[in-house]
Amino acid sequence: MFKYYGQVLAVDGVTLTVHKGETLGLIGHNGAGKSTLFKMMLGLTPPTTGEISINSTSVHGNNFRELRRSIGYLPENVVFYDNLTGLETLQFFASLKGCERDKCLPLLEKVGLAHAATRRVDGYSKGMRQRLGFAQALLGKPRILFLDEPTTGLDPEGIREFYSILHELNSQSVTVVITSHILSEIQERVQRLAVLKSGKLHALGTVQELRESVDLPLIIRVRQQCPDSALQAILQGIALDELTMADNTATIRCHRAQKMEVLRRLGSLGDALEDVIVKEPTLEDVFLGYAG
Amino acid sequence: MLNIEISQIKVIAAKEFRDRIRNRWVIAVAIIFTAFALAIAYFGSAQQGEVGLRNIEVTIASLVSLVIYLIPLIALILGYDAIVGERERGSLDLLLSMPITRLELLLGKFLGLSAALASATLAGFGLVGLLLAYQIDINALYHYIGFMVSAILLGMVFLSLAVMVSVISKDRARASGGAISVWFLFVLVYDLLLLGILVLSGGSFGEELFPLLLLLNPADIFRILNIFSMEDIKVFYGLATVFPTSLSSPWLLGSVMITWIIMPLTVALWRFK
Repeated sequence: MFKYYGQVLAVDGVTLTVHKGETLGLIGHNGAGKSTLFKMMLGLTPPTTGEISINSTSVHGNNFRELRRSIGYLPENVVFYDNLTGLETLQFFASLKGCERDKCLPLLEKVGLAHAATRRVDGYSKGMRQRLGFAQALLGKPRILFLDEPTTGLDPEGIREFYSILHELNSQSVTVVITSHILSEIQERVQRLAVLKSGKLHALGTVQELRESVDLPLIIRVRQQCPDSALQAILQGIALDELTMADNTATIRCHRAQKMEVLRRLGSLGDALEDVIVKEPTLEDVFLGYAG
Repeated sequence: MLNIEISQIKVIAAKEFRDRIRNRWVIAVAIIFTAFALAIAYFGSAQQGEVGLRNIEVTIASLVSLVIYLIPLIALILGYDAIVGERERGSLDLLLSMPITRLELLLGKFLGLSAALASATLAGFGLVGLLLAYQIDINALYHYIGFMVSAILLGMVFLSLAVMVSVISKDRARASGGAISVWFLFVLVYDLLLLGILVLSGGSFGEELFPLLLLLNPADIFRILNIFSMEDIKVFYGLATVFPTSLSSPWLLGSVMITWIIMPLTVALWRFK
């Protein structure tokens, strides 16, 4: 897909397949093309060139209504009508989606808003609006969820509840596409990650695959009871990025290929070896490596 | 292929209408209409040296002069925000992600707002009509009903123009500017221009063309629709008196009004991407 806004190329040749029942994380800096991609996947704006289909049905085709009913969408910074109550808001969207209005109250309960159902939305906090937005996205038991920064404004408790609902949906093989700027938050919760950079699909794969492909140095911290020189001697011949030592603690930076060799040789220290901590690069590091 | 679901239009229209009932817009506008209409009905004959609820024809003529300024203004204020407001607040994307087409959204907004304006018009002027009813004949009552129907049509034309302005405008500030420009153009400037041309050309300026030019202004059509029934008070109506009877069939004029409702909505749909 390509998408031009006037002269600006917002999405630059992205080809992406989301598998049924998977949770795909979409990451990238602001302006990387995430929201444009979302809007195209929803059929809100057509790609300049390219085609998007869901279950081999084009999102712009004649069956768009049926398709939209099977999709839940939570936009970034969701905005509702201040003059409606939470329940009325949900009922309004339920009518548009053609689902039963009596499912609205149970949904509000599910996202923890039942107590505020009859309060007007203009009195809602950011977190409550976000919960209402999530309830809206869940209307009509969608098969596919597009969630743009869904945990913005939620407190840690809210974030936990959000992911527990998401987990439940996942077990019902609902397909989820999610963006987040808190990478450490989504890295344990998505099966695959797509990294967007300047409108291009920069990387695509599982968290593990991405880590391996960028080959960021690992950090190995060693506490030992032998002289520094002995440690240096043991590690002789291995290409390390860095080796620093202080107070019987050594910090080794090396690449993945050297990891096992380093650990084997450390093992030969025997009893002198007190502790080893291996620090893998975080998704943030991967993200920065790719998109930074 | 036209793919329209009436139910979706109804959902949007019902929300717009209910919003205007709830924030007391309908009742406020109805009260304004009632107050003006009562004042005009009571003092409208003052020129003839009398006050009181007497001459229905003079009352309608005075009401027409009032409504021609007031209803376009109210309709434009009501409608300019319809789309650009949702876009600026950020609720439009979510709305468009629903199983709804842009045509349905536009029609729903337009019809819901029309219902609000029509309710206010019917309630406001209808109340005065009831007060007058006991002392006017069936023919005058017929004219009064015609006046209310044409007032509603006039409101719908300017709502349609407002929705068009709302779709085209980048932000709400521009939309309100656009709405006010539309009001100035059709309610004030257009007739002055025509009058100027008529005077400058010494009245020789195409007798054929002139009535057609009047049809290009919905406010003038409204005036014409409410005049020909009342021969004796044509003097109140200014420019519209040069209108030939051949073109004055209410059905023809009504159709032109409806065309005036459809055209801006069509432009709005075309520009609504």
